[in-house]
Amino acid sequence: MNKSLKDALNNRILVLDGAMGTMIQRHKLGETDYRGERFHDWPQDVKGNNDLLTLTQPDIIKDIHRQYYAAGADLVETNTFNSTRVSQADYGMEELAYELNREGARIARDVADEFTAKEPNKPRFVIGTLGPTSRTASLSPDVNNPAFRNVTFDELVENYTEATKGLIDGGADIIMIETIFDTLNAKAAIFAVNKIFSDMGVELPIMISGTITDASGRTLSGQTAEAFWYSVRHAKPLSIGFNCALGAKELRQHVVSVSKIADCSVSAHPNAGLPNEMGEYDESPAEMATHLKEWGASGLLNIVGGCCGTEPDHITAIAEAVKGLKPRAIPETDRHMRLSGLEPFEVIQQ
Amino acid sequence: MKKSPIFINVGERTNVTGSAKFKKLILNGDFSEALDVARQQVEAGAQIIDVNMDEAMLDSEQAMVTFLNLIASEPDISRVPVMIDSSKWSVIEAGLKCVQGKAVVNSISMKEGKEAFIHHATLIKNYGAAAVVMAFDEQGQADTLERKVDICTKSYEILVNEVGFPPEDIIFDPNVFAVATGIEEHNGYGVDFIEATRQIKESLPYVHVSGGVSNVSFSFRGNNPVREAMHSVFLYHAIQAGMDMGIVNAGLITVYSEIDPELRERVEDVIQNRRDDATDRLLEIADQFKGEKGVQLTEDLSWREGSVEERLSHSLVKGITTYIEEDTEEARLKTDQALEVIEGPLMDGMNVVGDLFGSGQMFLPQVVKSARVMKQSVAYLLPFIEAEKAKSGGISTKGKILMATVKGDVHDIGKNIVGVVLQCNNYEIVDLGVMVSYEKILKAARQENVDIIGLSGLITPSLEEMSQVATEMQRQEFDIPVMIGGATTSKIHTAVKIAPNYSHPVIHVLDASRAVGVASNLLSENLKADYVAGIANEYQEMRDRHARGKKKKDRITIGECRDNGYPIDWANYMPPKPSFLGVKSFDDYDLGKLVDRIDWTPFFRTWELAGTYPKILKDEVVGEIASNLFADAEAMLKTIQDEKWLTARASIGFWPAQAVGDDVALYSDESRTQIMETIPFLRQQIRKREGSYNMCLADYIAPESSGVADYMGGFVVTAGIGIEEKLKEFQAKFDDFNDILLKSLADRLAEAFAEHMHEMVRKEYWGYAAQENLTNQEMIRERYDGIRPAPGYPACPDHTTKPDLFRLLDGGNRAGVTLTDSMAMLPAASVSGYYFSHPKSQYFGIGKIGEDQLEDYARRRGMDLKDVKRWLASNIA
Repeated sequence: MNKSLKDALNNRILVLDGAMGTMIQRHKLGETDYRGERFHDWPQDVKGNNDLLTLTQPDIIKDIHRQYYAAGADLVETNTFNSTRVSQADYGMEELAYELNREGARIARDVADEFTAKEPNKPRFVIGTLGPTSRTASLSPDVNNPAFRNVTFDELVENYTEATKGLIDGGADIIMIETIFDTLNAKAAIFAVNKIFSDMGVELPIMISGTITDASGRTLSGQTAEAFWYSVRHAKPLSIGFNCALGAKELRQHVVSVSKIADCSVSAHPNAGLPNEMGEYDESPAEMATHLKEWGASGLLNIVGGCCGTEPDHITAIAEAVKGLKPRAIPETDRHMRLSGLEPFEVIQQ
Repeated sequence: MKKSPIFINVGERTNVTGSAKFKKLILNGDFSEALDVARQQVEAGAQIIDVNMDEAMLDSEQAMVTFLNLIASEPDISRVPVMIDSSKWSVIEAGLKCVQGKAVVNSISMKEGKEAFIHHATLIKNYGAAAVVMAFDEQGQADTLERKVDICTKSYEILVNEVGFPPEDIIFDPNVFAVATGIEEHNGYGVDFIEATRQIKESLPYVHVSGGVSNVSFSFRGNNPVREAMHSVFLYHAIQAGMDMGIVNAGLITVYSEIDPELRERVEDVIQNRRDDATDRLLEIADQFKGEKGVQLTEDLSWREGSVEERLSHSLVKGITTYIEEDTEEARLKTDQALEVIEGPLMDGMNVVGDLFGSGQMFLPQVVKSARVMKQSVAYLLPFIEAEKAKSGGISTKGKILMATVKGDVHDIGKNIVGVVLQCNNYEIVDLGVMVSYEKILKAARQENVDIIGLSGLITPSLEEMSQVATEMQRQEFDIPVMIGGATTSKIHTAVKIAPNYSHPVIHVLDASRAVGVASNLLSENLKADYVAGIANEYQEMRDRHARGKKKKDRITIGECRDNGYPIDWANYMPPKPSFLGVKSFDDYDLGKLVDRIDWTPFFRTWELAGTYPKILKDEVVGEIASNLFADAEAMLKTIQDEKWLTARASIGFWPAQAVGDDVALYSDESRTQIMETIPFLRQQIRKREGSYNMCLADYIAPESSGVADYMGGFVVTAGIGIEEKLKEFQAKFDDFNDILLKSLADRLAEAFAEHMHEMVRKEYWGYAAQENLTNQEMIRERYDGIRPAPGYPACPDHTTKPDLFRLLDGGNRAGVTLTDSMAMLPAASVSGYYFSHPKSQYFGIGKIGEDQLEDYARRRGMDLKDVKRWLASNIA
């Protein structure tokens, strides 16, 4: 692992960036803006394909990264949340998957290097993001046929392999499998990432971040936080954590759960509260920072940031709030066999 | 904190190789019910569920995927981890791609070498699963302590150091094998596993140890209490040693401390291999603990891991039909021609069966089950063999034997058993069935070019028919040997009455177990001459002895015999009057009433198991077999009743009767003026000691001259109505076992019906013993007044009186029983006879009778002396 990243993690709570989508919305881009020069005659509408902006409006994306680094983020996530073949199929842009990842990583790399050059004592890192895709490998979209799947493990592995290769080629420091609502998708991603690492002879740290969908306290595919951890633990990730769906207040208990048992770093990037009646996230930077400061003080965190509805102001507030707090100490855990279904099952040694 | 030993029980019911029910559901595509099985298992506390779809008739990968996908939609099932169980890597990998949780793979090993092992382990690590690792390498399964520890250690080093597999995710299975098998090398298997577990846990950090516990008690199949004790003792030590996971049927475990102390002590000896005679000492007491009920056996399926040849042999020896088609198919695919499967693995397996039977280690019920397996396998192969016929030359067997129940006789249980046993020993059987005329037998013998003819019969007239066959063979210049068998046949009869008619060997075969020896001697080029000469000498000696005995036997004249008849003081006896006169019939008698009346001892004798019921169930030698057979019988009896396989019918009658000499005259009414029928009886003719009498059944009826009004009864009962239909089903399935079982049970039910009807007669219809209150055992011992002798049997050996009895009873219409030319009853499961009420009446045998009585009897019967002699051949000196 990157020595400066390791040192940084040992010394402080690292700060992630905030939402990409919220920042893009500010630009009120239209269909033509999305298409840019290159895709002006693309047969389908592409508005809403935010990842495409990496190619058509790279300056906007670079600027957003820049704003987050400037706000105090140590790590920014590439604009590649939907840069897989399955997801790009909505726009007929499957063939762009590799390029979107490579360019997404490359422009973030440029910005990171720019900041690191300015502040060598605070190196900035690029997280290559692998999103969940638009399909689920362990849930049937057909209520009448529960055994049906609209995506297979092998298809996901192909998708993630291609995407990861792009992220590595573009210069990502870390690969993050995030917003996981179906653990089987994440396992396919892990499988793909390990495979491409082995094929390319590189090994980057992996961050894994799941999503607890609602108050049930489970992922969309039904796992508890612990079961989720046991299912992905073989990735030997740099960090495990949660993002999206919940605000800091609601997410805390689940972060506590993994924080107790995970023998790696813990990350969290909650939404700016729960959506209001207008569907907007309106938790203020101060409110959010108050919660997350308490988490940090309670020794729950190694990496913290924001998801939907968070903007550079939130990141500034969060960075300020956790500044000087001791990062969570990684606990020594017994070497037990830890299995899982939807629930965890630990086989305790005699 | 010190953690107490724990043991993780893996649910095994969603395993097609372990659960017949689950397999059926999956094969039928009934996934919703299959999910219920999984759900119940989790609800019952399974901490992990094993899913196995290794079934030849399935697309195992697809089935694994479908079932795991379905489980994923059922949160109450998918909350626990899955054990993806398959012997095929492709199935395991397909399964790994379906589970979001962290699963366990069962299993991988170095069986196919280090490279494949590393490949599989690496993939499992990347899929994120734990793995059961078998102590198995290219040399085979580890059976000794050294090999177990050695292979596990090697596996560990490869996994941890080369693959980077987390040691805590390794579950070693050092192979549980059966102990107390009688083979000395097996005695240490229990200790070896336990000690291997200890060493593995000590030297290989973080690993787990698992095993198939029920294997250890394999040799006590059928004795669940002992098995449970063995499992508990084994687990007790294995868990102490560090075993922490296993597939165990929770129903087959008992609490260690609750095991009977003596049993526990001896089981401990066996498991720990503490003394040389441990197996014998456990066997000594094992039967004391055997449950009375035939408990459902849990299948031990470790044998499924063997080669297809081993599996076929196992199925044959154990009589298991469950997997026979898939194994046959697998074996077929391995050979160029389907025929090779028969000539190879099937014959090899049957040779094992033949050897075990020959050496008394297997018993008839098992052999019949083995034959069923063989036949089903052959039936499966037949279409392929037909297709290949152009190329193939036919199956090579030890010889071809024609079997037939002779004309006039319908009994074929014994014949079928002999046929099965011979087939098991690689003889080809041409079975002509029952009631086969000599013309047909000899024609078929020529056409089929058989090596031996086997004749069977149960009733005495069949003996005469067999002589007829022999005579005809001589005339037609046959030279192949004849084997004689059946209940009334005997060595002496064969030597004296049949063999002299034919100048080639005619040999009596006592029972099925001797048939193979006789056949192999007769067909052996080296042994035949000596064997045949030996038999010829023996039979000649018997004939000589018989001729001498004939001269010495002290027979008295029929007149003297009548003077020494059984004395009854009629002046002081009032015969009871039946509740009705004439005939009463029963159309559909409740089988439930007959089941309790069954005399089981003859049932076991039919299956060539010696001993009396119920003691036979605990017999040292045949107890287990008898118990298993008894359980099969009880199960079938239940189905017979539930599904109404058989209908019981009867006709009984009582008539005013008086003895007239040795005849009994039956009158149409109490006026006793019109004689309906005269029943002639025979009288013992051997010189009796002072105080013994020359018995005749007519002595039990008041003579006309006494002026005392007496009565006699008659009956025909059957429990065989409807049996043919069912037998055809079994025959279509090549299921000799159930065919013979049903016949033997129908026979028992008919006998029970006769017994039950006799009781009803005594208590109600004749009503002379209304107060009688006997147990079934007392009844079997005939502790009651009155008898029911049957025509054709020792007290009244003339079968030809049956038509008269049937006419009286209207047996054909009222009971559905008819008679063959030889006076055998159809259906075979029928009993007929006379009722005598006198308290002094008893059963006896007529024995040999003299020429004077024969002439007298022929006169009374209005028959030719020649015919009388033929029918009474067995009673002629």
